[in-house]
Amino acid sequence: MRVRLRFSKLGRLRWTSHRDVARIWERALRRAQLQVAYTGGFSPRPQISFGLALPTGCESTSEYLDVAFDGEVRPEELAAQLSPVLPEGITVLAAGEVEPGAASLQQDVSACSWVIDVPAVSTIDLDRAVAATMAAATLPVRRERKGRHETDDLRPSLLALAVTDAPVGDNGGGSRLLADLATRPRGVRPSELAEALAVELGPARRTHQWIERDGSRREPLVAGADDVAPAMGRAS
Amino acid sequence: MTSLWPRIEPLLARVAKPARYIGGELGARRPAGGPDTVAWLLLYPDTYEIGLPNQGLQILYEILNERPDASAERAYAPWTDMEAEMRAAGVPLFSIETDRPAAEFDVLAFNLSAELTYTNLLNLVDLAGVPVRGVERNGSHPLVIAGGHCAFNPEPLADFVDVFVLGDGEEIVGEITEVVAEGRRRGDDRHSVLRALAAVPGAYVPWCYEAQFSDGRLTAVVPRFPETPARVEKRVVADLGAWPYPKTQLVPLIEVVHDRLNVEVFRGCTRGCRFCQAGMITRPVRERPADQVSRMVRQGLDRTGYDEVALTSLSTADFSGIDRTVSSIINDPECSGQVSVSLPSLRVDAFTVGLAAEIQKVRRTGLTFAPEGGTWRMRQVINKLISEEDLYAAVDAAFAQGWRRIKLYFLIGLPTETDEDVLGIVDLARACAEIGRRHQPSVTVTASVGGFVPKAQTPFQWFGQNTTEELRRKVGLLKDAARRVRGLTLRWHDPEATTAEGLVSRGDRRMGAVIERVWRAGGTFQEWSEHFDLSLWSAALEAEGLRVDDTAYRHRAADEVLPWDHLSAGLHRDFLWQDWQDALAEHGLEDCRWTPCYDCGACTGLGVEHVVASAVPPAGGSQGTGQDLSGAGLVPVTLLSRPPALAGAGESAS
Repeated sequence: MRVRLRFSKLGRLRWTSHRDVARIWERALRRAQLQVAYTGGFSPRPQISFGLALPTGCESTSEYLDVAFDGEVRPEELAAQLSPVLPEGITVLAAGEVEPGAASLQQDVSACSWVIDVPAVSTIDLDRAVAATMAAATLPVRRERKGRHETDDLRPSLLALAVTDAPVGDNGGGSRLLADLATRPRGVRPSELAEALAVELGPARRTHQWIERDGSRREPLVAGADDVAPAMGRAS
Repeated sequence: MTSLWPRIEPLLARVAKPARYIGGELGARRPAGGPDTVAWLLLYPDTYEIGLPNQGLQILYEILNERPDASAERAYAPWTDMEAEMRAAGVPLFSIETDRPAAEFDVLAFNLSAELTYTNLLNLVDLAGVPVRGVERNGSHPLVIAGGHCAFNPEPLADFVDVFVLGDGEEIVGEITEVVAEGRRRGDDRHSVLRALAAVPGAYVPWCYEAQFSDGRLTAVVPRFPETPARVEKRVVADLGAWPYPKTQLVPLIEVVHDRLNVEVFRGCTRGCRFCQAGMITRPVRERPADQVSRMVRQGLDRTGYDEVALTSLSTADFSGIDRTVSSIINDPECSGQVSVSLPSLRVDAFTVGLAAEIQKVRRTGLTFAPEGGTWRMRQVINKLISEEDLYAAVDAAFAQGWRRIKLYFLIGLPTETDEDVLGIVDLARACAEIGRRHQPSVTVTASVGGFVPKAQTPFQWFGQNTTEELRRKVGLLKDAARRVRGLTLRWHDPEATTAEGLVSRGDRRMGAVIERVWRAGGTFQEWSEHFDLSLWSAALEAEGLRVDDTAYRHRAADEVLPWDHLSAGLHRDFLWQDWQDALAEHGLEDCRWTPCYDCGACTGLGVEHVVASAVPPAGGSQGTGQDLSGAGLVPVTLLSRPPALAGAGESAS
């Protein structure tokens, strides 16, 4: 039985890498004594697949993984079973069965929403930078791919950018950026967005991943009403 | 309690592997502390990935945190990128549990496992904002303590470390805590506390001793105070079963070396390999009860979620009932066949291969053996009594049971070594590859060759190590010979690093200034080939008026004072000298676990005994084969060959 889990990655844990999180999950599933299905063959591996990598240093309330279990599990009980054996900062937010033959997270997700604090820039200045960036015909960005430097155009991947006031309690006079960024052909990293805007961005949090179907978009799993409220900037 | 986190976190975005600095491991504590507790910061002077798995520090971490009068946190050496960021931002060394400045702790306690990490110790003390030299510290500074295998020749670090701990740390950390707490209650000054610590058995306070020199030679290390003991004996935990630690092994958030559950099955080793400091200084053998091992494995796997467990010791196949212990783990229904067991330090024989075959039913990766010497003569000298038949039988069994890769460990630069002994390494490896091809179409035999560095408290402590040039020549011989051998991969350790290690390994107090110069010249992370630089060491030696010929390459004389003579690992100097003579006469020595005592001094002097469940040696005899070892001690010998570079150097040892 294949189950999709949505989880958060908050606080100090944001400094772990995508690969670290994968190892953390493998151990947590064993600690919870859940029977994960293994691949056969010479070197059996647990059947776990992760969605888009989250850049090290970013937070998220919308990370996903698909796990194949031997036999039946009750998805609604998984959060209570797993959250206690996961490190502080990773919490299971939702779980649901995945239909056999359903597309993988990597195949399905085409865009992500981000909330990015911009402590050093006022809303007026950030508005101006956003307008200039969105008006550009192309935004060349240098990327390293398999040891080679290549130039990509970032502009088509910037789906929407919006500016709001800094969060309440932050009296540094900064602002906040809401960004919808495409994941194809390659995901845009917040650091690349900062380069395009020519502003210094603070901590970034991925809040949603989107699957597009027939002109509308939905999330791989909806976290529900108890979605974790953003709490960036706090001392952890 | 000042958390530095708001100043640390901005640095993390600019460094590699930032999770090295965030703590948060499963099993980590966040001790509250208080004015009455003695706060220890446990440090490993290398990166997080190397240091975190260190079992010694993990054991002490738990024992200290269980005490009401102590707390313990951890720190590791920040990598060079993080160090640069910290120094630029004025952020001092901090604990990874509560992000407190290191200087706020009462004790900075280092584990010393390798000589080339010594410059990192100085760097960490400096990063803490504490003077690197002990005499410049005052009552406001933490005590700097160090333990671990390298503490058996502590003299090169005598100027920087306030207290060395010799031997097992389980009991003495509590005693040190009490002395420090009592000193604080009484308002004692730093010197009074140091003198009180020098009276704790197993604690060596170098400031309480004077090193005397005459004509450029150490003549004595003597106490400066009437109550200071003239000789410090190591500490030994008599019953390992009474110390089932670590109980909550740390599970890191990032990948580290030895990333698995580790359960220590015994401590100490009496195989008597003469080059091996670990085997000499940790005697006697103390086994953990088998049922306790099984319990620690089962509970540890459940708690950590690891799918691999290592049964650790200096020679795990020697553990009484190892086969029963292993099968109880891999056949445990709760482990559902997905747990792998690793046995570091395998003995070379067919029994061991059978054991390995049972363990690696699924993932049959590689198998490692350590014959150490290329010829039987060489192996008699070093007392690693593996016959060619033993090795070939083991290798044959391994390839027959499906392995395709084996690795062989060797040393070069051993006492009495000839070119024939060196080339014997390639002969052995070639024969192993040929055996392999009888079973497998394609096999790989890797011969991994290290340069020998004589260590304190071993029979080889009198031996002058090979020069850099001589080791390089021997590596050249091996490379030429190995080129023509199909299926053989040769790897070797940098001879220059071997030389630097040898400078420190048997150095006296004068080596401290050399270490400090190397550190001040930027020589940190000398264990890392990309940072190691012999020229820093050579320049520092010259500046201090010392010579590598004298410190590393020279054979020590029978009546010479050694820098560690006032420290005891339990072994009689007479025993070590006799064993050295037996080595030169090419005589082996039995493993005393299963044969009569030859009085090395460890059991009798320390008042402890071997704790071994099995009264009989493993199949094949106490040393793996049944040779006649009765000739030991009968033939008078001297070491005739001297390292070539020493010819005309004017220093004579034997």
